[in-house]
Amino acid sequence: MLTMMMSIVHRITGFGNYFGTLLVAWWLIAAASPNAYGRFQWFASSWIGRLILFGYTWSVIHHMLGGIRHLIWDTGRGFGPKEREWLAAANLIASIAITLVLWIFIMLTMGVA
Amino acid sequence: MAAPLHMRTPLGRVLGRGAAKSGTEHFWHQRLTAVANVPLTIAAIAILITLVGRNQAAVAQILGSPTVAIIMLLFVVSITIHMRLGMAVIIEDYVHDDSTKLTLLIANTFFSIAVGLASVYGILKLSFGL
Repeated sequence: MLTMMMSIVHRITGFGNYFGTLLVAWWLIAAASPNAYGRFQWFASSWIGRLILFGYTWSVIHHMLGGIRHLIWDTGRGFGPKEREWLAAANLIASIAITLVLWIFIMLTMGVA
Repeated sequence: MAAPLHMRTPLGRVLGRGAAKSGTEHFWHQRLTAVANVPLTIAAIAILITLVGRNQAAVAQILGSPTVAIIMLLFVVSITIHMRLGMAVIIEDYVHDDSTKLTLLIANTFFSIAVGLASVYGILKLSFGL
């Protein structure tokens, strides 16, 4: 059940990450000028900007961990019923935990808690 | 005479290119970039974390330094190749009208190249200070 749900989540997070690259491109291009970077920082520190960046962080990490799961499967391992469920649960829990740790660190660094 | 063991023609089996006529290239490039993306994404997140809260001048200097710039270039190139392949699979799975499918596949390639090159431009600009 969880395995099935995680399969579609892998696709959905991949779809989200696709458009998230626009933020990466914006950030990299904006870094060249103080004005442009100010606009990016204004977006990134806004309510909606934070929500989007938080979601993007989770989406990237979840997709990366899910990808590692797929690479393990590519070696022919991890297909047992227990292993599949365990890997799916670990994928979900680890992605949420890592995202929260990263964002706690970010908020502390920014001095906005 | 014994019944054939499979439906594929001898030529088809030798060429090994399958129904899409592109062989296993898609699968291979998808996996190759997936493997590359893991360390590159971890490195990119680490770089991002060290830049949070810094001013534009510091961010520009760090992003433009050789090691960081090269890691970011590899990251951007690898993820945009990977995402183009992934989106192509999504389009092929869900869009069944031929002309819509073709239009979306073209748009997918254009978007991936555009966002990839825009990012590369951003990094190079910081590196060379143009």
